[in-house]
Amino acid sequence: MSGGGSFFVGAVLIIPAVSAGLLAVLPDNRATARLNALAAFLTFVAATVLFWERPAAGHFLIVDDLNVVFIVLSTFVGFTTSVFSGSYIAHELETGRLTPIYLRFYHAMYQTLMFAMNLALLSNNVGLMWVAIELATLTTVLMVGIYRTPAALEAAWKYFLLGSVGIAFALFGTILVYLAAHAVVGEGLDAMTWSVLVKRSPEFDPALLNLAFLFLLLGYGTKVGLVPLHAWLPDAHAEGPTPISAVLSGLLLNVALFAVLRFKSVMSANPGAFAPGPLMVSLGLLSVVFASFMLYRRHDIKRMFGYSSIEHMGIITFAFGMGGPLANFAALLHMTLHSLTKSGIFFCVGNIAQVKGTQNMRDIRGLTVSHPVLGWGLVLGVAAIAGLPPMGIFMTEFLIVSTTFARSPLLAVTLGLSLLVAFGALLLRLNGLAFGDPHGSREPVRASFVPMFAHFALVIAAGIWLPPALVAWFQHVAGLLR
Amino acid sequence: MALVLNLLVQIAQMALVLAIAPLFTGYVRKVKAHLLRRQGPPLVQPYRELLRLLRKDVVLANTASWVFRVAPYLIFATTWVAASLIPTFATGLIFSYAADMIAIVALLGSARFMLALAGLDVGTSFGGIGSSREMLIASLAEPAMLMVVFTLSLLAGSTQLSSIAASLQASDVGLRFSLALALIGLTMVAIAENSRIPVDNPATHLELTMVHEAMILEYSGRHLALIEAAASLKLLLYVSVIACVFFPWGIAVSGQGLVAYLGGVGVYVLKLAAAGFLLAVFETATAKMRVFRVPDFLGAALMLGFLAALLLFVTMAG
Amino acid sequence: MDPLALDVAHLFAGGLVLVSFMLLYQDRMTGLVNTFALHALVVSLSVAWQAHIQHAPHLYITAAIALIVKAIIIPLALHRIIVQLGIHRTIETVVGIGQTMLAGIGLVALSIMVMLPITAKAGTLTQQDLAFALAVLLLGLLMMISRRNAVSQVIGFMSIENGLILAATGAKGMPLVVEISVAFSILIALIVIGVFLFRIRESFDTVDIHALHEYRGEQP
Repeated sequence: MSGGGSFFVGAVLIIPAVSAGLLAVLPDNRATARLNALAAFLTFVAATVLFWERPAAGHFLIVDDLNVVFIVLSTFVGFTTSVFSGSYIAHELETGRLTPIYLRFYHAMYQTLMFAMNLALLSNNVGLMWVAIELATLTTVLMVGIYRTPAALEAAWKYFLLGSVGIAFALFGTILVYLAAHAVVGEGLDAMTWSVLVKRSPEFDPALLNLAFLFLLLGYGTKVGLVPLHAWLPDAHAEGPTPISAVLSGLLLNVALFAVLRFKSVMSANPGAFAPGPLMVSLGLLSVVFASFMLYRRHDIKRMFGYSSIEHMGIITFAFGMGGPLANFAALLHMTLHSLTKSGIFFCVGNIAQVKGTQNMRDIRGLTVSHPVLGWGLVLGVAAIAGLPPMGIFMTEFLIVSTTFARSPLLAVTLGLSLLVAFGALLLRLNGLAFGDPHGSREPVRASFVPMFAHFALVIAAGIWLPPALVAWFQHVAGLLR
Repeated sequence: MALVLNLLVQIAQMALVLAIAPLFTGYVRKVKAHLLRRQGPPLVQPYRELLRLLRKDVVLANTASWVFRVAPYLIFATTWVAASLIPTFATGLIFSYAADMIAIVALLGSARFMLALAGLDVGTSFGGIGSSREMLIASLAEPAMLMVVFTLSLLAGSTQLSSIAASLQASDVGLRFSLALALIGLTMVAIAENSRIPVDNPATHLELTMVHEAMILEYSGRHLALIEAAASLKLLLYVSVIACVFFPWGIAVSGQGLVAYLGGVGVYVLKLAAAGFLLAVFETATAKMRVFRVPDFLGAALMLGFLAALLLFVTMAG
Repeated sequence: MDPLALDVAHLFAGGLVLVSFMLLYQDRMTGLVNTFALHALVVSLSVAWQAHIQHAPHLYITAAIALIVKAIIIPLALHRIIVQLGIHRTIETVVGIGQTMLAGIGLVALSIMVMLPITAKAGTLTQQDLAFALAVLLLGLLMMISRRNAVSQVIGFMSIENGLILAATGAKGMPLVVEISVAFSILIALIVIGVFLFRIRESFDTVDIHALHEYRGEQP
């Protein structure tokens, strides 16, 4: 169990790190895109092995039931995005939006981001997790600003400032957690090891834990995009390259929420500390309500889907805050499905923006006529994210609303109404985008549609039939989370 | 017997401060002149000026009221009383029970009040400028002063000046960061209150740059002499407070005998010499601030006072 | 613990809060960078003293990193950037300096009130280090909010990091991982700052955030 597992855990971390270095120096553009995709594929394969072969938990790295799902998801989406990115970036190079040097930089940063996210998910040491999330933030900041237009620079600057403040708060919270722990566990690495923290949490000082969780929720919550700390998210999605929007929405938000969940487990284990649930419920609900209204009156297509990400992260946070096995199960499944759906949508949107030459929705019309594959792909994606049956997200949203209704009808009604508002906005926009007389250029798309449809296929499959083993797995993890 | 001794010490103190104040002013002027490579006026020049003014006639404006005539006496009286209450060379003054820091601040405040009224009284515009600027400075300097007093009394457990001095001298205070901050704050307030550079130039003759001088432009003769004497006493007062609270070594405790008292006077003169030298160096090295920057300066003094009190809370609670 | 040791630690930690206020008080760019160098110097002295009294030699490395990178290299680089970008002028503030300072005092009082009772069971040293570290963190945040200039916001962020270093060393025995992480973040922040300031310069004639604010987040 031990030796093989450590090899694969090491592979999950080392492959991205090494390829980042290689990609920074390789001059040939097509080779870098292929190497990027290959590295991502190898990392994905190594991650799937972790389902069966696991190393024993060390002081720094751990593979347990909670994070193995996210690692596989993360490496899978990383792989499909790298395939999408290959053709997308080639087009950017042709139009001159990016120069070859920045292309090398982009690929190197991409693999560094993968490394950082994997490290954050695998980390057993809360300090190491913080370092990894900080590294991920910094790489994405650099990539958001890569086009160097005034709007891109402002988006990157805002992201940098807000992200850094969030990171600082999160570190302070981490220090307070260490303080609570070392009074009980003693000084040294043990007081920062997550598995030890969860076990010994009942003995910690509740007041310290309360303050620590407040800082951690505010800090990592900024990275999740919870209202009112969300100001960086729409701009970052709109101005960065589309593969980065996909990775941000699909992966980085999940990793940040995962960090919050780890600490929530520590908090819940301590009977004296205040229940973290209500705080998460309020922030989540606020995000959903705010984002669903903001979906109207958007003109930039990527910005609109950025707000959609805020809304969905709000739903997930709300569900985790409600707690209980059913809500947790739904939230975990929603995290997975949202990653797949949102990144799929961004693949589609990226191609649309390239083909039409604009991100303004007023100039994009009649896609099903001019570009049928893209148009119907978009219809499928928006239907999925808006929560139409038989897509998976319909099921998870339904589960969340129904279990909330059993406990607090007022909250459930608010949530349900906001979901309807968002549904309306998305369908309204979709109508304009996909149907009607086509505007703009009719150039064919010279990119691969496989990643996009692969994601959508998985989402539809999840809505219709989830393999029982997977269901059991999620339920088991949901039980662990309380 | 102790009562008579304390009374004698008090009377000696009153005489000492009155006698030394003009000398201190002259000393500061002399050092400044030497720093500027001039000879400067003799050390006893302020005495000569006071005597000259006392002999001259008073010239009153037509529009002057009784406030204008009475103000110099009140200003001098309150400042002299305040200066007499500070333990300079000995504690155990008979009126030391009245030597509350807050009372001293109040005495100085009433002196400033009379001076501002006098400046407004005659109805000239320069007097008005001076009074309004003085009140602006006062509105910030007084809270700063009170914050410093608060910090000191937190440490000593009393607002009485002699108790503060005694406790700071006797107890094992150690390295207190709050005291350093309080010292800096008090120095900034002292500079502002005494109309020294960088807040106000005492030697200026340009009316638009004046604060203190503008209020006394109309005064002449014995009135002017009293006001000048009060200004010198105020400077001496602030220097004595700083010396008494932050450098309390050498102050004779009551009943120690004549030698101790004389030693106390000697140490006091030395402290004055050092303080005057530092003041002169500081004034020569700094430029005067523009008036709208003075609130920032005094705001900083207020912040230092607050910070000193807050930091003290941390150490006392811990 | 030895009272003199505690007093010196208090001196350095309180001094850091004082220098944070001095950062708020500055209204010229070069003065701001020099005050930040002083801030980093005080934090490195504080960490070195903690290393001495906690008998934790690895903290000396943190102190050295803070001194060399943040007190020497970064201020020098910022001075050059300021001259090259031509932005050596006064810093515009959102509200006046006086009100900012008052808000700062409120934040210091708040952090003391919050941290002292919570850390009552840890030692006096930890108590005061954490209370002051939170104060420095909040003051740095105040600086980022109340300044409109990109360089001042970056300096505000770096002062937040200094506060975090103080907190991390105050929590006794925290393993080396955290020290590496904080130092690591300094280095990366330097890269980002350098890259960004140059990029911003290329597209604008100013690093004034107000000029950038045409593109607000709620823009359609």
